[in-house]
Amino acid sequence: MKILVCITHVPDTTSKIQFTANNTKFDTTGVQFIIGPYDDYALARAVELRDQTSGTLTVLNVGEVETEPTLRKALAIGADDAIRVNSVPKDSFFVAKQIAHYAKEGGYDLILMGRESIDFNGGMVHGMVGELLGIPSFSPVMKLELEGTTVKMAREIEGGKEILEASLPLIAGCQEPIAEWKIPNMRGIMSARTKPLNVVEPVSQETQAEATSYQLPPAKGAVKLIDKDNVKELVRLLKNEAKVL
Amino acid sequence: MSILVYIEQSEGKVKKTSLEAVSFANALAAKTGEGEVIAVALGTLDSGVLAGVGSAGAAKVLHVTDPRLSEGVIQAHASALAQAFSKVGAKTLVLAKSSLGDAVAARLSIKLGAGLVSNVVELPNISSGYQVKRSIFTGKAFAEASVSTENKILAVKKNAIDLKTDGAPAAVETFEVSLDASDFASKIISTERATGEVLLPEADIVVSGGRGMKGPENWGMLEELAKTLGAATGCSKPVSDIGWRPHHEHVGQTGIKVAPSLYIAIGISGAIQHLAGVNSSKNIVVINKDPEAPFFKAADYGIVGDAFEIVPKLTEALKAEL
Repeated sequence: MKILVCITHVPDTTSKIQFTANNTKFDTTGVQFIIGPYDDYALARAVELRDQTSGTLTVLNVGEVETEPTLRKALAIGADDAIRVNSVPKDSFFVAKQIAHYAKEGGYDLILMGRESIDFNGGMVHGMVGELLGIPSFSPVMKLELEGTTVKMAREIEGGKEILEASLPLIAGCQEPIAEWKIPNMRGIMSARTKPLNVVEPVSQETQAEATSYQLPPAKGAVKLIDKDNVKELVRLLKNEAKVL
Repeated sequence: MSILVYIEQSEGKVKKTSLEAVSFANALAAKTGEGEVIAVALGTLDSGVLAGVGSAGAAKVLHVTDPRLSEGVIQAHASALAQAFSKVGAKTLVLAKSSLGDAVAARLSIKLGAGLVSNVVELPNISSGYQVKRSIFTGKAFAEASVSTENKILAVKKNAIDLKTDGAPAAVETFEVSLDASDFASKIISTERATGEVLLPEADIVVSGGRGMKGPENWGMLEELAKTLGAATGCSKPVSDIGWRPHHEHVGQTGIKVAPSLYIAIGISGAIQHLAGVNSSKNIVVINKDPEAPFFKAADYGIVGDAFEIVPKLTEALKAEL
């Protein structure tokens, strides 16, 4: 069983979002980068499935050299080797093209990633890769069990979930509670230093919907506090000022 | 020429966010001169319901009646839409961002060679090129995406446009598609869905509770408030993690992102991960006994005090008013 997990290298969820270079670049000053939280769930589940099947687990990121510590962290969590596609991830299509190419080359049975990245929130890459490879894609997947080549999944839908079955190979965009996040232990961190991290070049430069500039939402006004013994005033404000009732 | 809209159903009705997508396409067609709006409905649906899609701005509805499509079979939905797209000769497809919509749109974008923009918050700027404003960083910022392909797919975020309600009934036509075994390679075994409730991602008002509610047995007062307002109920991550509420009610960075007109947070401190799920709300009310709770900084209206006293009073006051 060969498993591929694609991870994003994204700002920590508590980061202050700012832009530089006349609002054309994300300002990385003081920002801590992490494995995307959804990708982290995918990775945790992949480690369990790799152990269950005595298979192999490769982790892939499309990014420049600064994403290597993030890939090393994934190796420390339990991936066997890593691939870095050496380019800025320009848009979803660009990233999907790279993943599809290297996934095909590697002949993986199962490809997992987060349901979406937490920077661009597109949630599109898994579906694009699935279509490019001609294999089924599912997202957001909150449970995934293997029984031979049959995959049993639960996919979240509005107001509930859908239980479904498909056969390998397939691709899934994951979210909690598919597995518990894994924290690397000292042995993992030590061994991660010597695990292979292969740098490969992008296979295509094609993009379709690249971001060209950024902006922040207007600042929020101060909260209007209402006395706890005067809830009628809140109802009045919601009705007459906010006009939402 | 025309713009195609993928509409989704829920319990025999067209989802409200899909109707918003129709209104978005209607305004887009007026801007780009792409002609009329044609909606595509998949699976078993009442033709009267489909004619009603006209009120949101569709001239025509293509109805693929294959009952297997009533479920959200991702591959099959993408194939059916691709066939409708080429039959109609459309260049643009609009849909509402949703868990099924995302999964279908991504595959469709490859089939059609269409540049795809997700989380679209307003009509594209076509004065030079094709610039689309989209929400990024879970609502904490916006990006302008430049679409370079002739075919385009726009996945529209909730509340990106006001719903049009004055259109004439749409003409409903049956549309035949050819689907093969690979479109149905996955099998949906069962669907567990809360029925008769307001769906959280669709809701115009959301009432959410956090750990300050002290236990699942206290949710009755939240549900009562939600019922009074016709609202959906949500919760914070700790609450769904400890199992007080089901996972599909979890609002936040790694849960459901909501964009209602009114979000009422009760006993939620307002961790940044929770705020990421609610910052697209038009109005936020926070009820918390801790005046230092960070949520107050993100709120429009706040009450400092005990939720167990305030919530029943608020419900009473609303009942008297509504």
